[in-house]
Amino acid sequence: MPAISFQSVSKTYSSARNQTGPVVKALDDVSFDIRQGEFFGLLGPNGAGKTSLISILAGLSRASSGTVKVHGSDVLADYASARRKLGVVPQELVFDPFFSVREALRIQSGYFGIKRNDDWIDELLVSLGLADKANANMRQLSGGMKRRVLVAQALVHKPQVIVLDEPTAGVDVELRQTLWQFIAKLNKQGSTVLLTTHYLEEAEALCSRIAMLKQGRVVALAQTSELLKAASSNVLRFKIDSELPTHLAVQARITGRIVQFPAHNAHEIEQYLAAIREAGLVAEDVEIRKADLEDVFLDVMNKKPAGETPAVAVDLAKVAT
Amino acid sequence: MTGWQTLLYKETLRFWKVGFQTVGAPVLTAVLYMLIFGHVLQDQVKVYDQVSYTAFLVPGLVMMSVLQNAFANSSSSLIQSKIMGSLVFVLLTPLSHWHWFFAYVGSSVARGLLVGVGVFAVTVFFGQPAFVAPLWIVLFAVLGAAMLGALGVIAGLWSEKFDQMAAFQNFVIMPMTFLSGVFYSIHSLPPFWQKVSHLNPFFYMIDGFRYGFFGVSDVSPWLSLAIVATALLAVSAVAVNLLRTGYKIRH
Repeated sequence: MPAISFQSVSKTYSSARNQTGPVVKALDDVSFDIRQGEFFGLLGPNGAGKTSLISILAGLSRASSGTVKVHGSDVLADYASARRKLGVVPQELVFDPFFSVREALRIQSGYFGIKRNDDWIDELLVSLGLADKANANMRQLSGGMKRRVLVAQALVHKPQVIVLDEPTAGVDVELRQTLWQFIAKLNKQGSTVLLTTHYLEEAEALCSRIAMLKQGRVVALAQTSELLKAASSNVLRFKIDSELPTHLAVQARITGRIVQFPAHNAHEIEQYLAAIREAGLVAEDVEIRKADLEDVFLDVMNKKPAGETPAVAVDLAKVAT
Repeated sequence: MTGWQTLLYKETLRFWKVGFQTVGAPVLTAVLYMLIFGHVLQDQVKVYDQVSYTAFLVPGLVMMSVLQNAFANSSSSLIQSKIMGSLVFVLLTPLSHWHWFFAYVGSSVARGLLVGVGVFAVTVFFGQPAFVAPLWIVLFAVLGAAMLGALGVIAGLWSEKFDQMAAFQNFVIMPMTFLSGVFYSIHSLPPFWQKVSHLNPFFYMIDGFRYGFFGVSDVSPWLSLAIVATALLAVSAVAVNLLRTGYKIRH
């Protein structure tokens, strides 16, 4: 039995308040399973439907069609059982201002009918570096500390499936490391983890399998290692001081002075360098590195659907001659 | 504690932690009403024989405070946690719509009764009413608070902004409580306004409640009981259904 099963999940909503506006399709026939014990990454640009999918899974939102199951329990028909198995860390930094950290965790345990949960609450507090904040009011905590409490609240009922919706957005390095160590430990002990993140190096390091969403559709679903293999195997990276000619710029990933070209072989690398030379530019700090998940991600996201020709097509061979 | 009992406990703890504002303030307001209306109207308003105006006013003020605070509790808790986003902690739990209903209405009844006892304790010095039928007193206080608690759930779910909530409170709840016979017996009104008052369910809550103190009322307490119980069932049915469908909370 899969830990999470999405079956033909679609979500449409009207963009206008009076339901007469154009229909927006947030999710379009999304189907995939997440196996028990997996560390699964859900990636996609803003507005791709990641949070819509997680909201449907968590019961915060309802699918327009399709079914979602957690360990076999339908999130609508059998919601109580599904929610017991699910621990969700919401994306928004929310908190209840009336309570201390320990009170909030005790209350959250209570909602699940768990009595005398202090041993586990203490373990969560220590593991997430919150032990000295146990009696502090939620209002007094910094953003990072509030984020830790959100994680603790999601784990208070020892869920089999842990869902983290961009848990490291705006979080310092120390918390990221504490968090990932702890989540990795829970994953080793058998918990399934579903993670959405914008930090692709995090997803590459942690997730064994990845799904990529674009405009509400699954555009890639594979083992992380397979995705990396399928990508252009190398990246040519260098720095330049002047602007790249347009026909080259459209193929490159440019971050300030840094320019990166995907390259499958030595021949392509030579052609790029020749094109740079011909444009009268000087490439500095030239290096060739292995493609990472960010390259795969950009590759998948920029791919045009079949039948559509790219707006600007550059014939590399012609440029090189 | 089971899940819904925890939610009830949390909702009660929530208002208790800000008790100065949620319990203390309405008690002070009631004292001010007592001082001003009690003093000004004492010799102007004729109520029942054998009952002084201030003694008549005490149960009215108590019940008005019970109703207003029961409404304020569920409605303000829901709108606050909706706007702050902290409602997600309850939305993610396995609690059913019935659990939500009993927890939110239960804590509203608790706050309503607590404020009611507080108002009674400080206004009773101005004019001591009798206790002819204490069971009626408790019955109407609990049913009235529950109905307003359920109405608060509806208002809390419906409102998206604080000013919508304030509109509900100021344009619906306040006029209906003020025009329900808190400060006067409706028999002192012209016939037309007597008829209008009979359409206000709040009138029956206050009239039935007052019957428990004096053994006299504008209408039979059984009629009041039937109307209050029907209103409670109707409002509860709407509230439970909104919670079941996740109206404005599960999209």
